[in-house]
Amino acid sequence: MKIVCLVKEVPDSEAKITVENGKIKETGVKFIVNPYDEYGIEEALKIKEAGGEHQVFILTFGTERAKKVMESAMALGADEGFLVADGSAPDCDSHTTAKVLAAALNKIGFDMIFCGKQAIDDDSSQVGVRVAEMLSLGHASVVNKFELTDGKVKVERQIQGGQEVIEMPVPCVITCQKGLNDPRYPSLKNIMAVKKKPRTVFTLDDIGLSADDVGVNGSFVEVTKFEPPLEKAPGRVIEGEPEDTAKELIRSLREEAKVI
Amino acid sequence: MAFKAIDYYNIDELLGDSELLIRDTVRSLMEDKYQPAIAKHFNDGTCPLEIAKDLGELNAFGVNLEGYGCAGSSDTAYGLINQELERVDSALRSFSSVQTSLSMYPIHRWGSGEQKERYLPGMAKGEIIGCFGLTEPDHGSDPSGMKTTAQKTDSGYIINGSKMWITNGTIADIAVVWAKLDGEIRGFLVEKGTDGYTAPEIKNKFSLRASVTSELSFLDCEIPKENILPDAVGLKAPLSCLTQARYGIAWGVIGAAMACFDEALQYAQERIQFGKPIAAFQLQQEKFAYMATEITKMQLLCLRLGQLKDAGKATHTQVSMAKRNNVAEALKIAGMARGILGAAGIVDEYSAMRHACNLESVYTYEGTHDIHTLILGHDITGFKAYR
Ligand SMILES: Cc1cc2nc3c(=O)[nH]c(=O)nc-3n(C[C@H](O)[C@H](O)[C@H](O)COP(=O)(O)OP(=O)(O)OC[C@H]3O[C@@H](n4cnc5c(N)ncnc54)[C@H](O)[C@@H]3O)c2cc1C
Repeated sequence: MKIVCLVKEVPDSEAKITVENGKIKETGVKFIVNPYDEYGIEEALKIKEAGGEHQVFILTFGTERAKKVMESAMALGADEGFLVADGSAPDCDSHTTAKVLAAALNKIGFDMIFCGKQAIDDDSSQVGVRVAEMLSLGHASVVNKFELTDGKVKVERQIQGGQEVIEMPVPCVITCQKGLNDPRYPSLKNIMAVKKKPRTVFTLDDIGLSADDVGVNGSFVEVTKFEPPLEKAPGRVIEGEPEDTAKELIRSLREEAKVI
Repeated sequence: MAFKAIDYYNIDELLGDSELLIRDTVRSLMEDKYQPAIAKHFNDGTCPLEIAKDLGELNAFGVNLEGYGCAGSSDTAYGLINQELERVDSALRSFSSVQTSLSMYPIHRWGSGEQKERYLPGMAKGEIIGCFGLTEPDHGSDPSGMKTTAQKTDSGYIINGSKMWITNGTIADIAVVWAKLDGEIRGFLVEKGTDGYTAPEIKNKFSLRASVTSELSFLDCEIPKENILPDAVGLKAPLSCLTQARYGIAWGVIGAAMACFDEALQYAQERIQFGKPIAAFQLQQEKFAYMATEITKMQLLCLRLGQLKDAGKATHTQVSMAKRNNVAEALKIAGMARGILGAAGIVDEYSAMRHACNLESVYTYEGTHDIHTLILGHDITGFKAYR
């Protein structure tokens, strides 16, 4: 089986994000593999290690810079990496991103597709499902249990009040939730091996798309502005005797904060 | 609060992609699993032995060696691994130094083909633990006078003598032991459980409490003739292992210094006295300026030393300079950080004092600070001042 894991480059969850002129400032920010995508890679590697003829591919859509993240994902033990590199990537909405990935998937070929349930930067949670729709594949999202037997996938997902069990044939798309598995650390040998493994960088042209299909041109949604969260006002300590402080507290909750 | 690694001169830009990934991988393992548990290990005087399996799975043992299941990384990558281990505790870095530089390296360099096949793959996986016995109760800085002897018999060698302060001795499956055969220093491999070989642990240490330190005792201990390292002859052999380990230490202690600096800085920015964060006072700022500058120098020394070593050009005296400088500065920084933390700095919620205690050992082992001064003095002036 060709198992393709979709991987997005996202800012490190510990990075301090600053906004300048409505745009996110990227200098000094470290970029990592989207943590939810790691569950997909782990699941793919487990299938491969359980035996049989399997290959694990990493597929990333991003700017040239995303090559590093693709390689970090490969270091977990994947066989081959693909990056669709285009400067328009940050301006693509979920629809367009899915369009690019679907085109690349058609080019590479696939028997099974894993991706994270969402990216930790824009939290849109749409790409995996959209890819499945565009390729007319079955899909299950926010999966926390996965089994593959005789070309059939059995997955579980948490729903209100219990677990839902879904079965479907491969190929299909699974979007992965925390708890699905325990993603490994890359071994240093695998890190060293990445540079010796096949890594392909596609242009839009290579996958049959053009500049009109992507970025602001190809997207339904345009992000017009980013704003940092409002700074929290500092707290106030009310000092004095209990009778007075209680009164003052009630007064300020009613008149200033207007919450009671 | 999350650790922020100081990189004042953007040295990360000078490291390769795979070196950064190796460093970050070890950093994640350390933060996820070892940082939360280390203070208790130190207090209890126990070594987190699962480090053997964890670093083995990562291929971090013998990482800069070729073949036999080793990853074959750059020496710079090996240095960065040590930095991340020692950021948590010098004990973890000691474990790795002894396994990689003092046990695997001599077998890899001087072992027979059969010895390499027999031990190295298991050592790379962390399934076979090694130790290195050079120091003796009466011979520390001057190992040339060692009293441990090997005597040739028909079937092998009989070893007599004792070794002192041996890291991982009690838990080691195999000891690389240096002894005199007909007056000449040779290396021998002694397996755990061999008759006449015992390795009791030395207790009640104030330093490296999360590391096992032992005494090795050999009483008519007979080993088969295949257990001599065929190509290790003379004091040069153990000294070249020490050069490897000292190189790793020079990197390692940067980690300890970075941890102390970061901890003290975060504390000083939040701790209010006299109506201001203590970081806002000039006296404290002088300390931070000093620490940041010294850490940056340590990083630059190691970066260049790593480049030289990767190119096969590093000399043992260059390694001495880095070991000497970096350990002394790390020790100073740990003490300064401890001071900045005030009373909070004496409890195990903070790490500076633990690092300071550990670094006292690092200052002494692998050639004391003074001995490295003499090595440099000799190299620079041309005069020997050892005796
Ligand atoms: C925690 C720990 C782990 C260790 N692990 C190992 C190990 O795994 N394997 C191993 O073989 N050894 C190990 N050692 C031993 C270590 O290498 C020795 O302690 C070190 O070489 C110093 O020897 P010594 O303690 O006998 O001190 P000494 O040599 O007695 O030195 C005492 C003092 O005299 C100074 N001095 C000595 N000679 C001179 C001189 N010529 N001029 C000026 N000053 C001098 C020294 O600098 C020092 O300050 C370990 C030590 C410690 C503390």
